[in-house]
Amino acid sequence: MLSFVLRRLASAVPTLFIVVTISFFLMRFAPGGPFNLERPLSPQTMANINKAYGLDLPLWQQYLRYLGNVVRGDFGPSYIYRDNTVDQLIGMGLPYSIELGLWALGVALVGGVAAGTFAALRQNSFLDVAIMSLSTVGVTVPNFVIGPVLTLVFAVMLSWLPAGGWGDGSLRFLILPMIALALPQLAVFARLTRGAMIEALHTDHIRTARAYGLPARTVVVTHAMRAAMLPVVSYLAPCAAALLTGSAVIETLFTIPGVGRFFVLGAINRDYTLVMGTVVLIAVFVIVFNLVVDILYGLLDPRVRHE
Amino acid sequence: MSDLAQMPAVLPGVASRSLFQLAAMRFRRNRAAMAGSVVLVLVALFSFLGPLFISHAYDQVFPSYVSVPPSLEPRPGADSLEGAISSAAARARVTLQAFDVEGQTFTATFTSDAAIDPRTTRYIDRANEFDDTKVTETRDDGRTIVVEGRVSREYFLFGTDSNGRDLVARVMLGGQISLAVGLLASLVSLGIGVLYGATSGYLGGRVDNVMMRFVEILYSLPFVFLVVVLVVFFGRSFILIFLVIGAVEWLDMARIVRGQTLALKRREFVAAAQALGLTDWQIIRRHVVPNTIGPVVVFVTVVVPKVILLESFLSFLGLGVQAPLTSWGALISEGANNIQSAPWLLIFPAVFFVLTLFSLNFVGDGLRDALDPRDR
Repeated sequence: MLSFVLRRLASAVPTLFIVVTISFFLMRFAPGGPFNLERPLSPQTMANINKAYGLDLPLWQQYLRYLGNVVRGDFGPSYIYRDNTVDQLIGMGLPYSIELGLWALGVALVGGVAAGTFAALRQNSFLDVAIMSLSTVGVTVPNFVIGPVLTLVFAVMLSWLPAGGWGDGSLRFLILPMIALALPQLAVFARLTRGAMIEALHTDHIRTARAYGLPARTVVVTHAMRAAMLPVVSYLAPCAAALLTGSAVIETLFTIPGVGRFFVLGAINRDYTLVMGTVVLIAVFVIVFNLVVDILYGLLDPRVRHE
Repeated sequence: MSDLAQMPAVLPGVASRSLFQLAAMRFRRNRAAMAGSVVLVLVALFSFLGPLFISHAYDQVFPSYVSVPPSLEPRPGADSLEGAISSAAARARVTLQAFDVEGQTFTATFTSDAAIDPRTTRYIDRANEFDDTKVTETRDDGRTIVVEGRVSREYFLFGTDSNGRDLVARVMLGGQISLAVGLLASLVSLGIGVLYGATSGYLGGRVDNVMMRFVEILYSLPFVFLVVVLVVFFGRSFILIFLVIGAVEWLDMARIVRGQTLALKRREFVAAAQALGLTDWQIIRRHVVPNTIGPVVVFVTVVVPKVILLESFLSFLGLGVQAPLTSWGALISEGANNIQSAPWLLIFPAVFFVLTLFSLNFVGDGLRDALDPRDR
């Protein structure tokens, strides 16, 4: 098991390296920059700025410096938010993003697995058809449509919930962005669970468990669920990536001051270091999630470990 | 044996069917897929031919109609016209007796204590709403006149946006751009993926190993973010957007084509081509790629909605096509920003966008069921 974990860890390093390298060179070869203002700066000012940000060094030195800084967790100063380093901005945004993301992940996972299991147990019933139709909607409609529509219905027309912002961080403010973020993933989880559950319920060991006279709840929850969880677990990593992407949209939409919002603001304002910092951070998240999922998979399914 | 001998090869009266016809039959039996195709055709016709039937251009600004709600009635409405004509009458010091609007013309009857000067019509022309007012009838020694003139009225079926542009025209343009990006970017990803996959699969060995390892690494990258980075750094042109999106979506295509190629290269016709002394490139181009078309076509239908989604995502974040051009994603974003005051700005583009995505998904599923024999 340990060597399996180590192998996976080792393969994560080059991926991260590639992300950093690609984003660094894209940034340097891009025409224009945050200091190309409408009113051009004097050559002396420009030279000073370049010196301050280390832009006057040869490219390979800049690259090595950036690489070294990233390894130490230093993403440099933000070009647009002059008073803050990228690290500070990320540190400010991360708690909001993590809270929102964890809620959404929890809702998607619990809701999706529950809905999928119910649908599988009552296959072809009205409930099944209803859940599956809804999940088709969830899979097809992206969250940048779901979000505004939810706001329109629940905040503008019914005024039950606030339309945006974080407020005091109470659940009232979280509900709409959380649902908008979770819904597409919930739909995928429901479909995956339903398919795997139907398959699991038809296997021999479930029939045996039933023949022993085990209560239906035990059969489903203990025995069938374990097999049905495999595809669900393997979807966790893409789901985490999708939640992170969605977070950029949802945080913009609901004006939540998270990392996704900084990413979008940085992108619109061409704040290179901020964009790169957030991209590397997101890459780390995705890679770590992949790793965790791989290990979980190894725990759930012994066959994977011995490949 | 005797049974077999008696079975006719083709049932009398039933023509034999080709594989394509069978697939088409299966597709036609799939109601969701057929409905999806019809909706798609309608949306495409609306987007591409619609602009011929409406009088407003997508960047035409109507300063007097900013953020007006959608309505089947032409604007200005009868109420406000009545208000306009009575205030014109008040300025001309005459009394309005009757007023009627029919299509693009209006008739009005004025009375006064003294004879009315025909030049009174100028007071009416001066209002924005009325033009070409003429006296058609004079009664009571000129104390009553009937005038007729033109009203300029505009139809805004979907309302207008906060700049006073007609939303129908905007949605049509957005559809054109979203659909065009969807198709073009899918073609780009098709080109890269097919070439890459066929080369990797055909050459095999170490080259294949390295090429597929590269694809695996790319798979684990947060690609949407790299797309954003690319768009941020290299500007926001229409061409760049579909090139970038296409360059991102080719990974699955490469894998599928590689799998096909691995099976194909053991076939006799490839061995024959090799025996004839064709180069690798010639064999890939003439013998491998054309034989992978089936699964590739099916897969393209999966890519198109993904691409449209990605483009809308970029536009939603403000990184897509720039104003006055627009796409459905940009329109939805605009609607989301004006959700309190002008919900129609969100509703109309969202309806078209969601309809299109649904239809594409149903058509894709239908095509896969019809063409892919493995699922049967």
